[in-house]
Amino acid sequence: MLHQYETVFIMTPVLSEEQMKETVEKYQKFLVTKKAEIIHEEHWGLKKLAYPIQKKSTGFYHLIEFKAETSVIKEWEVTYKRDERILRFLTTVLDKHSLAYNEKKRAKSRDKKKEKEVQE
Amino acid sequence: MATQQQGEIKYLTPIAVDTKKKKYCRFKKSGIKYIDYKDADFLMKFINEQGKLLPRRITGTSTKYQRKVAQAVKRARHLALLPYVADMLK
Repeated sequence: MLHQYETVFIMTPVLSEEQMKETVEKYQKFLVTKKAEIIHEEHWGLKKLAYPIQKKSTGFYHLIEFKAETSVIKEWEVTYKRDERILRFLTTVLDKHSLAYNEKKRAKSRDKKKEKEVQE
Repeated sequence: MATQQQGEIKYLTPIAVDTKKKKYCRFKKSGIKYIDYKDADFLMKFINEQGKLLPRRITGTSTKYQRKVAQAVKRARHLALLPYVADMLK
């Protein structure tokens, strides 16, 4: 079954900019090899955590939205668990309402970007 | 002795009687169908100072959306966007 998923993961703040990019790339590549389609990506940057995780009080947040087969997810989560650079992760299936919501949100940010370009 | 009529108290201004405002479900009213767990500021409206979920009795949310609110808050907690326990959150 093909589904659209949304995944957020938190990386340790110990990583350098390069290491962090490498980590993100690793997951992107994973999706590509599994023939999943990346729909949207967001990097939230270094954020403060609401409570400490593994004695860290900050973390890099990254969000990926992708379309994939259900069978991919199990392997996907295993790679998360094996990765020491990942503090937390959450993968959710998107239903029709959340899809509509995300689409709307993206359209909004796109409009804003356009407005900025026009102003410049 | 002041003349006071028995059992009759006269007020200059009518007493303010609390007129109960009807509660409503904000999701039903504004047509929100999906509650985003990434939006921590919005979810703050549904938790108390200790970071606990507020009951339907207080927020007026309908059963259907209360379930979704609960789900979203729990997801936000997992991602450390909201605390599991807190003190003086607001």
